[in-house]
Amino acid sequence: MPTDLTTTIPAPSPTTTHVLPSPFTYSQPAPVLLTQGAEALVYKTHFLDPSTPAILKFRPSKAYRHPTLDARLTKQRVLAEARVLVKLGGVGAEGDGLCEVNVPGVLGLEWDVGRKVKGAEGAVRVRRTQGQEQGPSQRRGQSVEERVKEEEGGQKGAWILMEFVEGRSVKESLRGVDAYVKRRGEATSQEETARMNEEVKSLMRRIGRAVGAMHSRGGVVHGDLTSSNVMVRPRAGKGLNGHAEQRHEEESSSISCPDLKGEIVLIDFGLATQSIQDEDRAVDLYVLERAFGSTHPRQEDWFDAEVLQHQDGYRGSFKGANVVLKRLEEVRMRGRKRSMIG
Amino acid sequence: MEFSLASVAKSDLRESAAKGFDVPLLVAVEGIMIEEFHLSHLPPELAVYVACYTDVKNAPYLRQQLLAGNQTFNYAFIDASTILSRRHLLTACFRACNDYIHDRLKSNNVQSEVVFCLSSNNNIGDAFRRFGISDESKDIIVVKVGDSAGGDGSQTYNKGSIESHLNEAVEGTGIDFSDSWLKGVCNLDKVRKNYKIAKPQPVKGAKTVNGDSDEALNRRSEVEVQVLGLMALRGAT
Repeated sequence: MPTDLTTTIPAPSPTTTHVLPSPFTYSQPAPVLLTQGAEALVYKTHFLDPSTPAILKFRPSKAYRHPTLDARLTKQRVLAEARVLVKLGGVGAEGDGLCEVNVPGVLGLEWDVGRKVKGAEGAVRVRRTQGQEQGPSQRRGQSVEERVKEEEGGQKGAWILMEFVEGRSVKESLRGVDAYVKRRGEATSQEETARMNEEVKSLMRRIGRAVGAMHSRGGVVHGDLTSSNVMVRPRAGKGLNGHAEQRHEEESSSISCPDLKGEIVLIDFGLATQSIQDEDRAVDLYVLERAFGSTHPRQEDWFDAEVLQHQDGYRGSFKGANVVLKRLEEVRMRGRKRSMIG
Repeated sequence: MEFSLASVAKSDLRESAAKGFDVPLLVAVEGIMIEEFHLSHLPPELAVYVACYTDVKNAPYLRQQLLAGNQTFNYAFIDASTILSRRHLLTACFRACNDYIHDRLKSNNVQSEVVFCLSSNNNIGDAFRRFGISDESKDIIVVKVGDSAGGDGSQTYNKGSIESHLNEAVEGTGIDFSDSWLKGVCNLDKVRKNYKIAKPQPVKGAKTVNGDSDEALNRRSEVEVQVLGLMALRGAT
């Protein structure tokens, strides 16, 4: 059956180097690549309708691994991440509402793009689809053979669709503060400096508290805590257009100080594990400490006092925090690996 | 072409009805609550039709048609008291459609897959008991997933024909598929039970009446986020 593919399906734009898996291959508007790691590609896209922003995290399969092993690893990792997100999403604010963990919710999930109904592979599937007179594929002007071929040659891997988090990362925010201070130079009054420092410290305490809540209430260890994996979401700006515009104006004037108020949202649980061990928690804090120190040298000296030791920071966030902080001292002495193996 | 989650304007429908479109004028005006969706990322020709009815009197009859496998009743009948919001239902539709186009339905057809996708466990019968229509259902949502070009192989249809068929079959009052209506008919405790979500502890030193509604709203969206996550994780091992 000769069919003209080009008239029915637009070619993926040449700027995207990676082809997204179905059903995102021909999404309109096309997902925009935000960032890329060793295992996953992160796109900004939308969910259900174009006005609801969402994050698509796609883990392509790795060609250098044995296919069976690859499918298993990809699946395990994507599911671990999704489970942690769902678990933490259920913790929420409790009682006083002070100790809250915010994470993006999971909207959709696919752990194996090439997954099929049991036993129906390749040629079997062709027969199956031919049996059903009007499969959805034929409506797209594709023959069954072409479709099967496309699927088999197409992108394999796994994806998660997540809620989009408004606002910006702690890293961007603190860099913004630094830039602001630098630009103002001598013009900054002492009062203003004090006020700004207090705001930064307050932000750092809230980070400590959020990490504490994740450790205690969620029973989760993040595994990759850095200032770019902690977001500050403006409280009123939960998907409100008005707020986005306002922020845009702020940026264009470019002299104003970034707003550090808002709730802390933890993101990127790709390396997270479920653990309640003091050792794991201490290592989590150690990783954050080292990452924070090298990313924000100006604020490094406040880290211990505000994020960790402050009563409104990690120490005050749950009962076992004291023990974890004690353990952290040990970890600092020896580094993050306890055993010499691996 | 419409790629968006846009409902087709109601005035259009009245117009087409007035022009002598294949449905009688009376039915079309009465049944203006059917809504057509084209969910993002899915092939544009795949449409989701949603119609809602309140004060339904013949729920046992409708359920009987489903049990008997009546092919003209190729819809998903959902008990509205188990649905939190539009997003809740449409997310289930999204997964059902996605599994459909990838040829991996677990249940009989796309319509039943919509009900199954609402569930957080892998038991199809259980999903129908929890989310499907029951003899006592008063508020129901009817979903049909299909090809907007008309026909799913076994029969041909369009928005008008679905509408007239439903208006004939369902003894109830049509109503818009809106979040405000769902908020009124949804039973939050039932939703929590269906997804095994623990009830939150009552806040110590209860807040003022002023902040109360805000609090309730927050809880609702919190539950929704959890529900969507649990739905997405279904089938993962």
